[in-house]
Amino acid sequence: MSPAVETILEKYRNAKRDQLIPLLQEIQESEGYLSREAVARIGRHLRLPASKIYGVATFYNQFRFQSNGKHHIQVCRGTACHVKGSAKVLDALKRELKIDAGATTRDGLFSLEVVACIGACGLAPVISINGEFHANMTPDATRKLLRAIRREEEKSHAAD
Amino acid sequence: MIQIEVNNRPIQANEGETLLTALKREGIKVPTLCHLEGLFPSGACRMCVVEIEGVPGLVPSCAYPVREGMKIRTHSPKAVRSRKTIIELLLANHPDDCLYCVRNGECDLQDLAQELGVRQRRFQGARSSHKMDISSPAIERDPDKCILCGKCVRVCEEVQGVSAIDFIGRGSRTVVGPAFDEGMNVSSCVNCGQCVVVCPTGALREQSGLKRVISAIQNPKKLVVVQHAPAVSVTLGEEFGLKPGADVMGIMAAAFRRLGFDRVFDTSFSADVTIMEEAAEFIRRVQTGGRLPMFTSCSPGWIKFVEQFYPEFRENLSTCKSPQQMMGALIKSAFAEREGVPPEDIFSVSVMPCTAKKFECERPEMTGGDAPDVDAVLTTRELSRVIRMRGLDLKALEPEPNDSPFGERSSAGKLFGVSGGVMEAAIRTAHFMLTGKELDRPKIQELRGLDGIKQVHLEVGGIRMGFAVVSGLGNARRILEEVKAGRNDLHFIEVMTCPGGCIAGGGQPLSANLAAVRARMKALYEIDETSRVRTSHGNPSIVRLYGEFLGEPLGEKSHRLLHTRYHARDVLQ
Repeated sequence: MSPAVETILEKYRNAKRDQLIPLLQEIQESEGYLSREAVARIGRHLRLPASKIYGVATFYNQFRFQSNGKHHIQVCRGTACHVKGSAKVLDALKRELKIDAGATTRDGLFSLEVVACIGACGLAPVISINGEFHANMTPDATRKLLRAIRREEEKSHAAD
Repeated sequence: MIQIEVNNRPIQANEGETLLTALKREGIKVPTLCHLEGLFPSGACRMCVVEIEGVPGLVPSCAYPVREGMKIRTHSPKAVRSRKTIIELLLANHPDDCLYCVRNGECDLQDLAQELGVRQRRFQGARSSHKMDISSPAIERDPDKCILCGKCVRVCEEVQGVSAIDFIGRGSRTVVGPAFDEGMNVSSCVNCGQCVVVCPTGALREQSGLKRVISAIQNPKKLVVVQHAPAVSVTLGEEFGLKPGADVMGIMAAAFRRLGFDRVFDTSFSADVTIMEEAAEFIRRVQTGGRLPMFTSCSPGWIKFVEQFYPEFRENLSTCKSPQQMMGALIKSAFAEREGVPPEDIFSVSVMPCTAKKFECERPEMTGGDAPDVDAVLTTRELSRVIRMRGLDLKALEPEPNDSPFGERSSAGKLFGVSGGVMEAAIRTAHFMLTGKELDRPKIQELRGLDGIKQVHLEVGGIRMGFAVVSGLGNARRILEEVKAGRNDLHFIEVMTCPGGCIAGGGQPLSANLAAVRARMKALYEIDETSRVRTSHGNPSIVRLYGEFLGEPLGEKSHRLLHTRYHARDVLQ
């Protein structure tokens, strides 16, 4: 297990099962996601079965089980964005990337996350890529944006 | 005793018990989909709601304690309407494929829909569509049929201490599955099948071996041999309306022949072989300072449990294969030799009260050469299915004997079907091996009954030894932790994966309640009481097998055919 995880666990030395969620949060903060190994390690630490930890973690939207892609896409599904058609935007992203929310593409380029309101209702529907907001998205605009990023990536890849 | 009033009639109840318990005892049926006898109520399904005078709303009777003078209506219009709505809501998201479902006719959801008069799909909505998990050799998982009652999760965690599965996700997307929603085959599932037994629908079921068995029977080139486990003859009858505990041994043998099996052998016979080997191994460990306490190794769920959770205890496991695998090895060696049939032309089937046996027979350790020693395992339930398929009427069949040479058993071997039986049989034979004399009283009362942990200290051959019998893996965990913490008065521990032993195994008829399990247990004890041969070493067929083929217990042939070793197993725990 990574030393960072061990350091966190050391902090939670005498923790019991009621400390599970803060522990998961801290490890995700540090590692970017919850790996199989991390879940098994936490299980040994808190004497909890992996199935239980996975059950708790999947109850909340905040936990991820794959590392983030190079371009981490957050889709706002808050009320304003919903009214303005964010469901269709999310759908277009899923189709274009061929992944579900919470997953990462095989090439590691993109990951997709559904979030509640990100506080930019004036820009609805909005998505954020690596923290940069893209306003007034439509399925078409989404596809164009993704393809532009891909082209950029391919170009820089070819240049290497 | 306190007095309560149910549907305008007075009934007696015990202080501290729940309403549901009191109602059940009085024969007043309140339906439930999530209640598990003996466990803390979860109150998940809300089917058992009743009206109590003076209490607003409906109350779940499974989680409500009785109180003096309370007035209850179990089938008020409000309660019945509420139950019906729950079923209608569950059905809104249920695949309408009852005709094709393995649980058709044996489904709690179907029964309740029928009882409550559901005649149409009242709620239309998006249906869930999850992938089926057929990765496990023992258990199939079909999340679309799951109603999220949580019984499987609770049995796996609270009774078995395994926790291979839990709820994943939230709300309408919730499913039950192993960590990371992976296949059961790579999870910590020990294949015990207790989840299948408690599942109210077809969401959990055994991986069926029927097709392979039927096609082997139809293949004229194959000599198809069947062995039946000790606990099967006292439970099969329940599938055909007989009382729990009715022993259908001879009738079952007749049915096997009608189904086209060429030979019918009794796993109780190879249980006798197991005892010869295991008792000898135990004595050797005691006399040569080998690893103690020794653990029995007949229950494949328990073996996997040790391999993944307590690998440090691997050497404590007896090296004996289970009776199923001993029989399998003997069929493809001694029997093949005797009949002059090449082992590859033999198709070896076993009928077991168990789903984990399906896993066991596929283990790489359990093969002689290329082919597995046992080719296919059927559960008691699957046997009943094929009997029905063939249109056999058990009541019309005349009992027939098993076949020679592996059909004659002692009642010690038969006792393998109940928790404590292996230990009783082993002590009888170990005592004889050490002293040359039979035990004065073969029955060891302290090791009988349905308690999860039973213990006795006895003098055997001049040595005072501690024996423990454990059933249910949650109890096994308790004993292992005690041994780990330094407890050293125990020499020999029998562990059965399922609570009560094989009579309550994961492959048994689904209708079982505690009373049925008790009746099955009583039936095995009665067989022992009335049997002429009550010790494995006293079984003439066993004496002959050792004389003509095996030589001595723990001898060269035994070592090669009947013993094995187990390995640490890395699974996500």
